[in-house]
Amino acid sequence: MFEGITRGLSEALRKLRGRGRLTPENIREGLREVRRAFLEADVNFHVVNDFIARVEAKATGQEVLARVDPAEQIIKIVYDELVALMGPVDPRIPQRSDRPVVLMLCGLQGSGKTTTAAKLALTLKERGRKPLLVAADLQRPGAVEQLQTLGRQIDVPVYSESTSPVDVCRHAVQAAKRQLCDTVILDTAGRLQIDQQLMRELQQIDNLVQPDEVYLVVDAMIGQEAANVAKAFNDALELNACILTKLDGDTRGGAALSIKAVTGVPIKFIGVGEKLDKLEDFVPERMAGRILGQGDLMGVVEKI
Amino acid sequence: AKTKGVFAGVFDLLRGKGKVDQAFLDELEKRLYLADVGTQATTQIVERVRQAFRDKEITGEVEAFVQQQLRELLGNEDRGIRWSATRPTVILIAGVNGSGKTTSIAKLAKYLQDQGKKVLLAACDTFRAAAVEQLTVWAQRLGCDIVKQQQGANPAAVAFDACERAKARGYDVLIVDTAGRLHTQTHLMKELEKIHNVVARQIPGAPHEVLLVLDATTGQNALAQAEQFSKSVHCTGIILTKLDGTAKGGAIFTIKQKLGLPVKFVGVGEQLDDLEPFDPEAFVAALFEK
Ligand SMILES: Nc1nc2c(ncn2[C@@H]2O[C@H](COP(=O)(O)OP(=O)(O)OP(=O)(O)O)[C@@H](O)[C@H]2O)c(=O)[nH]1
Ligand SMILES: Nc1nc2c(ncn2[C@@H]2O[C@H](COP(=O)(O)OP(=O)(O)OP(=O)(O)O)[C@@H](O)[C@H]2O)c(=O)[nH]1
Ligand SMILES: [Mg+2]
Ligand SMILES: [Mg+2]
Repeated sequence: MFEGITRGLSEALRKLRGRGRLTPENIREGLREVRRAFLEADVNFHVVNDFIARVEAKATGQEVLARVDPAEQIIKIVYDELVALMGPVDPRIPQRSDRPVVLMLCGLQGSGKTTTAAKLALTLKERGRKPLLVAADLQRPGAVEQLQTLGRQIDVPVYSESTSPVDVCRHAVQAAKRQLCDTVILDTAGRLQIDQQLMRELQQIDNLVQPDEVYLVVDAMIGQEAANVAKAFNDALELNACILTKLDGDTRGGAALSIKAVTGVPIKFIGVGEKLDKLEDFVPERMAGRILGQGDLMGVVEKI
Repeated sequence: AKTKGVFAGVFDLLRGKGKVDQAFLDELEKRLYLADVGTQATTQIVERVRQAFRDKEITGEVEAFVQQQLRELLGNEDRGIRWSATRPTVILIAGVNGSGKTTSIAKLAKYLQDQGKKVLLAACDTFRAAAVEQLTVWAQRLGCDIVKQQQGANPAAVAFDACERAKARGYDVLIVDTAGRLHTQTHLMKELEKIHNVVARQIPGAPHEVLLVLDATTGQNALAQAEQFSKSVHCTGIILTKLDGTAKGGAIFTIKQKLGLPVKFVGVGEQLDDLEPFDPEAFVAALFEK
């Protein structure tokens, strides 16, 4: 049933079965297994250490349960802590009657911004809203054409002009009003969080257009760097949420925990495919199971 | 200036003299983890250092030794392009979505053009929106030729055309762009194999290089990518992109150890000149930058 960390944990906690209390000493070895699993899932090194300390504090003093494997007891604590840290999730997208709502997507190069912009547009359209996609990446070859093609596929208008990213975004809001669109989605160019010039450009757009929500789009395969990226973008822009893409692969996705732990910014949606209907609400419970590397976690969790 | 705050501390330790104690080894371990080196390679490297220094008073610089250990893991074999004896040499480019394949192709074409080679590009990503346009813009900027069809066309058919054209017109190099795909998507991996097979059938010995494009910000998933792509199309090397950021790309240690796959080039930006042959010394040194 279980692979992942349960086997290692069981081994480490064998002596505990059915008696006594959990203490820092008797769970130390077990928590080492948890730590290793988290690092293998790409949770940030610093975040892992904090997390393990929290779990140890939670576990210490608990009675060892007679009816379950002590490993499962620890996993339950880890799981609960993970879910608590990654949640809560608010999947709503704001709506206003007086003016169009503006959503801005930003992130590293190739993280999935353009695709996600189109996915969001499709989601909104299906809910009866009128989105306008905005091609604010004037940098990468073919970026505007990419968004235009996606817009055509879902029959959503795309605003573009070959001026500057800041002007495109400003004018797009006017265009949205004229075209009676209720939601503007800004697709910005990919950039490194250490690229000061391009980060300033984002801040300029942020100041002039004042998006209602700013979303950081992050590739779920990202490693330790997730913490640095999220922190820098959040410092520059005050992110409202994060969208994790490419979760249709086999990455464990520890970034979900790192980002929330380091910035407090919640994950809102996940991308699970290249097709435009592949956007889902983020579910912390599911992500917790994924990070721990075990599908059937609910069994354990319900037993305890 | 680049901010590398998380690493403050180890820098000084590594320059230090004295004993390699547990605090030192913990610091080294942290540094390696933060560079995405991963559990297995990290454990191995830390263990090597522990063995080498156990109970020894250190006289020289510890850093030099540690760097030497790391460089050894990356190997020293020839990292250039393997040229075919007869024209054209075919380079197939593969990798997961958004890793930097198309941009790397443009840079690689520039690199080879600068060596006097006549380059042809094949736009075999017929799936992603405007992927063909993207490569076409690069081809125009490079002044090099491109073989393409409409979006939605069969990528293996584009590869076929490109091979015929490359042979007929005496190109030195044919570089084949492919759509991004996750290594877990069986049907898409099969499609990639088909492209590979067409190239192999049209040009004996081709593809001469199959380069996996790996994003340096990728964590432990990089190994699974390298394994699956290698299994599918026999990768010969890696292009490690986005090293101009703060990510270190430490996953290449495990990939080298487990699969023997060397890094051949690194990407350090979005422009045509931002490709460099891989330099293990510089790569390892960057792990220890402040
Ligand atoms: N498998 C999978 N692929 C995705 C997902 N989201 C995006 N992609 C793919 O990832 C690649 C990059 O996506 P883009 O939307 O172009 O990324 P971007 O952030 O706009 O890239 P730049 O504008 O160049 O910075 C494309 O091949 C997309 O099809 C996802 O959820 N799953
Ligand atoms: N900073 C930086 N950005 C890069 C580098 N290489 C590529 N990029 C950027 O990464 C993004 C994705 O690059 P592409 O070349 O489109 O990636 P791809 O693998 O062809 O993407 P798909 O075809 O959608 O799978 C673009 O915004 C590129 O400009 C690099 O070395 N450094
Ligand atoms: Mg884009
Ligand atoms: Mg491409």
